[in-house]
Amino acid sequence: MKYILLMNTMKANCEPLAGWSQKAFQAHCGFMIAIDKELRESGEIVAAEGLSFPDQARLVRADKDGLPITDGIFPEGKEFLAGFWIIDVETKERAYAIAARVSAAPGPDGKPLNMPIEVRQVMSGRPSSGS
Amino acid sequence: MATRSWEESGEYLLRELTPQVLATVVRRYRDFAAAEDAVQEAALAAAVQWPRQGFPDNPRAWLTGVALRRMADYVRSETSRRHRETEVARPEESVPLETEDREDDTLTLLFMCCHPALTLSSAIALTLRAIGGLTTAEIASAFLVPEATMAQRISRAKQTVQNSGIPFQLPSADERSQRLRAVLHVLYLIFNEGYTSSAGPELRRSDLSHEAIRLARIVHNLQPDDPEVAGLLALMLLTDARRLARAGPAGELIPLAQQDRSLWDKEQIAEGIALVSAALPKGSVGPYQLQAAIAAVHDEAATDSATDWPQILALYDLLKRMSDNPMVALNHAIAAAMVHGPEKGLKLIEALQSDSRLAEHHRLDAVRAHLLELAGDREAAIRDYRSAAARTASLPERNYLLTRAARLASDGDA
Amino acid sequence: MKYILMMSGTKADVEWYATWSKEDLQAHFAFMHAFNKELRDSGVLVATEGLAFPDEAKVVRAGKNGEPITDGVFPESKEFLAGFWIINVDSPEQAYKLAAKVSSAPGRKERGNQPIEVRPIPGGPPPEML
Repeated sequence: MKYILLMNTMKANCEPLAGWSQKAFQAHCGFMIAIDKELRESGEIVAAEGLSFPDQARLVRADKDGLPITDGIFPEGKEFLAGFWIIDVETKERAYAIAARVSAAPGPDGKPLNMPIEVRQVMSGRPSSGS
Repeated sequence: MATRSWEESGEYLLRELTPQVLATVVRRYRDFAAAEDAVQEAALAAAVQWPRQGFPDNPRAWLTGVALRRMADYVRSETSRRHRETEVARPEESVPLETEDREDDTLTLLFMCCHPALTLSSAIALTLRAIGGLTTAEIASAFLVPEATMAQRISRAKQTVQNSGIPFQLPSADERSQRLRAVLHVLYLIFNEGYTSSAGPELRRSDLSHEAIRLARIVHNLQPDDPEVAGLLALMLLTDARRLARAGPAGELIPLAQQDRSLWDKEQIAEGIALVSAALPKGSVGPYQLQAAIAAVHDEAATDSATDWPQILALYDLLKRMSDNPMVALNHAIAAAMVHGPEKGLKLIEALQSDSRLAEHHRLDAVRAHLLELAGDREAAIRDYRSAAARTASLPERNYLLTRAARLASDGDA
Repeated sequence: MKYILMMSGTKADVEWYATWSKEDLQAHFAFMHAFNKELRDSGVLVATEGLAFPDEAKVVRAGKNGEPITDGVFPESKEFLAGFWIINVDSPEQAYKLAAKVSSAPGRKERGNQPIEVRPIPGGPPPEML
C-alpha cells in the first residue's frame, strides 16, 4: 500500500538558520538523510522530495482565455509543503511508525521536533479486485 | 506460426529454463541468494551470446553449466575470504545432462518462494523473479516502485529464505496442502495486481495477469490432479477473459452488468469452463473451484439479464461455508439480493456491520449503496456511494462511485 | 528544471466536488486523463499521483518513546493536497503554462478555475548540507 508522508510547515519556522546553529541544522539534515537510507534499505521508498523555501512559489490560475495568471504572494499564516516521502508498506501502522520517525527529527536545541506529519493514502490506478 | 524474433523466442526460452536451472543450482549448493545471482548472470550471458552464436544444442545444460561455474567461483572466493568450511560440490563435477525429470524442482522452488516466513510482497517479488524470470526492472515497473527499491526487496527476500533455513525439498505430506494454498494465494495476488487499464507493447511484459496465468499453468501441469490448482487457473482465465470490456477509453470502470460481452475472450472462457467442470466432480471442492464456478456462470450468460443468479447464490452459499472472508459475505449478499430482492441483501449486510475487518473498508459502503439503490432508497444510496468514494484508494473506483452517486442525485436514469 | 504542480482543497471543497453532476464529473475525469497522457507523451512528466480524499487523513507525531500518536482532527480551513505533478521543463513559463492548463479543468463553473501551486524542486541538497 502506498502512503505519502507530508511535512508541512509555516513560513516562520523556516527563516534560514534563524535560531538554528550550523550544528543543529546539519544534525537535522543528517537525520533526514539517515531516514532516506533506512527506507532504501528496507525496500519501502518510492519517492522523496525536499522542496525549497516558498519564496519562488507561484499560485497559477487560468484566465478566461486559458492563459496563466500568477500570484507570488504567500501569506504569513499559510502552511506550505516542505517535503514529502512516498512509501510502499505492508500496513498503515508501518506508515504511521515511519511518520513518527520523521516527526522526531531534531530541532534547533537538538531535541526531537515532534513535527506533525500528515499521512495520506496514495491512489492506485487499478480497480480493487472484483470485476 | 510465424518465426519469432530472437527477442521473443530467446527470452521465452530463457524464462522457461531459468527456474529449472535455478532449482538445480540451489539443490547442489543450498545458497539460494547466491544461486539466484549466478543464474541471473548465466541468463545475461545467454542473452548476449546466443543471438550471435545461435542456440546451443542443449540450452538448459548450457545455462546450468555457466551458473554452476559461477557458483563454484563464488564459493571458492567466499571460502578463501572467510576461511571457513562450506558445503560445496567438487568443482570438477560434470554438468548434469538432465536425464532425470527435474520438474519437481520448479515446484520445490515455488514452495520456497512462497514460504510463510516471507511477507506476501516479498513472496510475490521473489516468485516473479525466480520462477517468472522477470527482470528486477520489469517487476519494479509492474508495481510502480523504483528499480532500486524492488532490487532491495528481492535481495532481502532472498536473505530471509537463506536465514530461515528453508530446506530445498518438497513439503511433507501433512504440510503440503497448507503450503500449496500459500503458493496459490501468491499467484492469485499477482493476478490481481496485474490489471492495467491501458494496453501497449511496453506494458506487455509487465502484464502480471498473464504472468500469473502462465505460472498457474506451470503448477497445473506439475499437479494435474489437484483440483484447487485447476480451479485457480480456471478462475484466472475466466476473469481475465473480460479484460477488454472492463474499462472504457479513459480508463473508467465498467461493471460486469454493463460490459460489452462481445469483447469477452471466448476461447479463454471455454478453457476456464472446461477446467472447472473437470475439477469439481473430483470431490474435493475448494474456494478457488467455487470462485471459478461462479465466474463461469457469469461468463456463460449471453446477456446480463440471462445471468443464472440462483446458481450463483447456491455457489456463494457453499463458498461462505468454507471461507470466513468478509468479501465473500458481501458478494453473497449481492447474489441474495439478485434472487430474493434487495431487502434480503441489505439484511445480510447488517450482520456484517460489526465485522471489524470491514469497519473502515469502502466495499461495505459500496455494496450497501448498490443494494439501497436497487431497493429505491435514493438518498441513503447516494450517501453510501459518496462515503465509499471517500474511502477507496482506487482512482477508477472512486470515479465510478462518484458517478453512480451523481446519476442518482440528478433524478434521471441513464 | 523540475517543478511540482499541486492541487489542493479543503474538506468542504472535496464534499462539493462529490456533488457535481455526472456530466461535469465525467468531463473532469476525461480532462485529467488526457492531461496526464499529454504530459507523458511530450516527455515532461516525471511523476504524478492522486491522493485519497482527506476523510482518512491522519497527522502523526512522535510520542515520548518515539511511538506514533495519530490524530484525525484538522482545522476547517486546512487545504489538503489532492494531487500533484512533477514535471521537467525548460523554463518557469512552461511550468506556469501547464499549471494554467490543469487549472482550467472543467466542472468548477461559478467557482472559477482552480489555483495551482507551482514550486521549483531544487536540483540537489542545499549548500548548507554539504
